[in-house]
Amino acid sequence: MAKVARSPKLPRQRVRYNRREALVGLAFISPWIVGFLVFTAGAMIYSLVLSFSNYNLARNTMAYAGWANYERLFTDPKLAAALSNTLVYVILAVPAEIVVALGLALLLAAAGRGAGFFRTTFYLPKMTPSVATASMFLLLLNGNTGAINQFLGWFGIQGPQWLVDPAWIKPSIVLMTLWGVSGTMVIFLAALKNVPRELYEVASLDGAGPIRQFWNVTLPMISPVLFFNTVILSIAGFQVFDQAYLLFWRDQSGGAAGASDSSLFYAVYLFQQAFRQFKFGYAAAMAWLLFCIIMAVTAIQRAVSKRLVYYEGE
Amino acid sequence: MATVAPSVEQPPRAGLSAARAPMKKRVKRAIVVAVLIAFSLVFLYPFAWLLAASLKSRGQVFDNSLIPDPVMWSNYVEIWNELPLGHWMFNSISIAVLAAVLVAVSSSLVAWGFAHFEFPFRNQLFGLVLATMMLPAAVTMVPTFLIWKYLGALGTWLPLFAGNLFGSAFYIFLQRQFYLGLPRDLFEAARIDGANHWTIFWRMVMPLSMPSFIIVLLFEFQASWNNLQAALIYLNAGSAQQFTAPLGIAYAMTKYSPTAGGQADYQYVMVAALIVTLPMLLLFSFGQRFFIEGVATTGRKG
Repeated sequence: MAKVARSPKLPRQRVRYNRREALVGLAFISPWIVGFLVFTAGAMIYSLVLSFSNYNLARNTMAYAGWANYERLFTDPKLAAALSNTLVYVILAVPAEIVVALGLALLLAAAGRGAGFFRTTFYLPKMTPSVATASMFLLLLNGNTGAINQFLGWFGIQGPQWLVDPAWIKPSIVLMTLWGVSGTMVIFLAALKNVPRELYEVASLDGAGPIRQFWNVTLPMISPVLFFNTVILSIAGFQVFDQAYLLFWRDQSGGAAGASDSSLFYAVYLFQQAFRQFKFGYAAAMAWLLFCIIMAVTAIQRAVSKRLVYYEGE
Repeated sequence: MATVAPSVEQPPRAGLSAARAPMKKRVKRAIVVAVLIAFSLVFLYPFAWLLAASLKSRGQVFDNSLIPDPVMWSNYVEIWNELPLGHWMFNSISIAVLAAVLVAVSSSLVAWGFAHFEFPFRNQLFGLVLATMMLPAAVTMVPTFLIWKYLGALGTWLPLFAGNLFGSAFYIFLQRQFYLGLPRDLFEAARIDGANHWTIFWRMVMPLSMPSFIIVLLFEFQASWNNLQAALIYLNAGSAQQFTAPLGIAYAMTKYSPTAGGQADYQYVMVAALIVTLPMLLLFSFGQRFFIEGVATTGRKG
């Protein structure tokens, strides 16, 4: 193995490659190289070119459009609505997912024997295809007859019109996301199991109760995983598509004028612009904006994490 | 919040009687289990509701009763006339199998190349593999569509699985991790015995890496089974018989929706939703270990 190249502490040496071995290695990775050149690098360049042009699908011609597509990003009220809806969704969903996933993982870790059964139970929604989830929740979240409002009614709470009231559309999708939160839970559970037991023993000898143990032992020890989950969930949140598309297609069909924008999400709007309106150039510009937003959010999270995340052995 | 390590024996503390400590522990455990049961009910309720709803008549789908009365077994017969569900299942299973096998084999090949051989810029190239995971799919969505269009593959299954021929960054990463844990001497010995690189990969590496290979297969099967967006892009223009299961259900949700002029026959949507979910639950019951292990070790999100 390339021990020389791996270890950063050694001065860089010229690695002498065995020509034959190198060629065989390149042959093994050649599928990826081809795929990368065509479907990643090639597609990215193509996407960039598209974003500066107007594409005519009927004639398969491209006309240079300058910055027009990017300028439109800043003047399109539907894009502003889609972006702000998506942002609100991410801000609601990510903390909710982290708290519920971590809470369930803590409970499972505390349950000892029998945890396996509950873990299986919690994981089943994760296996459910998103179309099935969406069609179920379409009825469960019905404002008048849905089971969720019926349940709230037992406590005298008048449930909202989940899928109709603009203020409750984002929380509706958060609820659906939370039902499938077990992937994050499993990652937290694995992290919790890696926290050395001795730390809890020491903490409890020092008189730390469960709550202080959580804040001073558990949380710092799992902070790298906490950070990882936050980043991954945020990236996924910005790209939320299936539920938003399936539950609100009627609001958005064709992007007709007067249609409600309160249920329009970024990925759905991008999809509509690309494959319903065939505005390839504008869709490409939207995709690059999304790319920049995700990069910026990840960079901010990284910067914040540098102060908060504890990495062992540093 | 609950503490994490209940199984840690509490060190005997002064003033604490031997009898009280286990009692307190037992109460705590009972509370934890009670809360877990409550959560399980919440997580399982939609499944029970779905099963009940799929057996109700049109007017009763909305009533939330968990016991349908009368039980409409006929829904499960009528569905095959109402919707081309058989075609959808066949299409989805075929595409998912092709997608899973292709991506598992190609990603393994690439991963072995990165794990076993030395060649110029290897680490930089692997960095590039990891970097592609950060790229939002939206950036390459339109160009990919145009590539398939030039190749004349619109309306066929190809765009839904053929891209898997080139490996997938996440699976390459997963397989490479596994390969790095295999003893290198084994393969050098095989080389000395005259085995060629292909034999080593096919006869030694692949069998040895079956656990992670299965994880890749299962993950990709699930991802393909779930894939609504690609089906919307590439198959939506065709006839309903060419749809995949997710696209079919999306179509059914529209077809029966009163706002689109349907009759609110949601019981059929529920039957379809249940039938589309069952293969996944079956897959999970056989491969639970692989799913949980795969998610826990790699941090994969669906």
